[in-house]
Amino acid sequence: MKALSLRQLSKTYQNGVHALKGIDLDVDEGDFFALLGPNGAGKSTAIGIVSSLVNKTSGTVSVFGHSIDNEIEAAKSCLGVVPQEINFNQFEKVSTILLNQAGFYGIPRPVARERMEYWLNQLQLWDKREAISRSLSGGMKRRLMIARALIHEPQLLILDEPTAGVDIEVRRSMWEFLRRINEQGTTIILTTHYLEEAETLCRHIAIIDEGRIIENDRMSTVLRKLHTETFVLNLRAPLRAPLVLPGYRVSAPDETTLEVEVSKEQNLNEIFAALSVAGGEVVSMRNKANRLEELFMRLVEGRDVGSGEPVAQAATP
Amino acid sequence: MSESPARTPGASPGSHAEVTTADRMRRARRVGFATIVIREFSRIMRIWGQTLVPPVITATLYFIIFGNLIGSRIGEMGGFTYLQYIAPGLIMMSVITNSYGNVVSSFFGAKFGRHIEELLVSPLPNWLIVLGYVTGGVLRGLLVGLIVSIIALFFTHLHVEHPFIVIAAVLLTSVVFALGGFVNAVFAKNFDQITFVPTFILTPMTYLGGVFYSISMLPGWAQTVSKANPILYMVNAFRYGFLGRSDVDVGFSFAIMIVSVVVLFAACVWLMNRGTGTRE
Repeated sequence: MKALSLRQLSKTYQNGVHALKGIDLDVDEGDFFALLGPNGAGKSTAIGIVSSLVNKTSGTVSVFGHSIDNEIEAAKSCLGVVPQEINFNQFEKVSTILLNQAGFYGIPRPVARERMEYWLNQLQLWDKREAISRSLSGGMKRRLMIARALIHEPQLLILDEPTAGVDIEVRRSMWEFLRRINEQGTTIILTTHYLEEAETLCRHIAIIDEGRIIENDRMSTVLRKLHTETFVLNLRAPLRAPLVLPGYRVSAPDETTLEVEVSKEQNLNEIFAALSVAGGEVVSMRNKANRLEELFMRLVEGRDVGSGEPVAQAATP
Repeated sequence: MSESPARTPGASPGSHAEVTTADRMRRARRVGFATIVIREFSRIMRIWGQTLVPPVITATLYFIIFGNLIGSRIGEMGGFTYLQYIAPGLIMMSVITNSYGNVVSSFFGAKFGRHIEELLVSPLPNWLIVLGYVTGGVLRGLLVGLIVSIIALFFTHLHVEHPFIVIAAVLLTSVVFALGGFVNAVFAKNFDQITFVPTFILTPMTYLGGVFYSISMLPGWAQTVSKANPILYMVNAFRYGFLGRSDVDVGFSFAIMIVSVVVLFAACVWLMNRGTGTRE
């Protein structure tokens, strides 16, 4: 069963902006799916259409087999949405927000209270249940929106940049939480600008740009398309002799740092061997950018993913 | 975030896997409607200083100034004291203003704060969302109407000639203006636009709708113009329920109210289905 299926989905706004240009997308039940794209690419429009907050221009959408055209109530029952912007009544108490949302999904009040306690505990907000939502911190507000989206136990949870603006500790605890509910059976679609987040959590990825899907595959398959990676090498001391490394693109931001671009056909042993000859001692090494980030930039900038042709070059300190 | 035992969607406290989709939909509608109404009523009571106190003060001033001070010099109107004559009109004016005001401010506030999205993403059908908000408006209208009626009793005797007509007229009028408030809120893009209609359209129409006088006192052309004002029919139907006297045909008045309810409700649901003012 497909958790979400989009066919030729298009959206043209009244101001003429063609936000979606006939996209096709399938998300399998149980998947953890990343929908990525630069600002204005059409991610939020697609999510808005699925969650009935934006009218589509053409195409079809079905959620767990229920079309939003003729089974809208069934489709909505399967869906939980965590939007990008805060959209709860900031004058209401945390408990009121959750109990009302449960009510809109037909959950009787006694059951809603049990679920509220469960999800607020899960998201470490139970102590804040009587707080006016406006008084919560940014991270707490995000967690409240997640609790609200889960109060009716949706089969498909869509999160539109859920960790935007939260500190790294909260972000990582959210990752753990999302991974856990995904393992327990909830299908998750995530949009994010933190590509490390997508790479860490998601098994499938689609990249949308200018209203079109430009990549849609398993995460591991997509990452294999990245032909070159840039490594940053930190040296204990400046090199004593010139570095001779033909076929590699090497740059030196400062005298104890080297950046080396390595293609799939090349290897790190050659670099270390050349560094030994030049009297360099490597104390640490890291990827210059997250792998997915590098791939994303190349796809969005229209560069060929496999275009990292090595340039014969020798850098000297 | 805290560790939890393994669980699957629908396995949380109170889940009933055997419940069918149709059962779930019916329950969602019943509970969802009650949730909207309870939320609206809670809002009315939470901000009672804005919702209940101002109409009480306004009505008291009207009864003191128009009823006691000026009314005593006007004498009888249609066989009743002036205070008895205007009391139904003042009650109806409060009902109209508050039914309209509750829905327009609550629904526009939900749009402005974006928490209307909580309802839009839920499985509740649009007609039920409209019904929920309108019920909230009617509750406030009737509550204020009741309070103003009690205040009226401090100033005059309220004789009720036809109780059923009183109830039917106030209920239908309240529904009409709650629906009107919903339409206003749907189209409003800022706070100015939710005060424009009450200030520049509703208030003049109410004052010219026979609250303070009988249109038989007006010249012929003014009577004809007055008869184009739907509020005239509502006020007179309500007054007929109290005093047994009306400037217009009561049956026609009820026809206008019923048609207005049907047309406005259909318009509200159509606007919601279309996404006017709520969806992009």
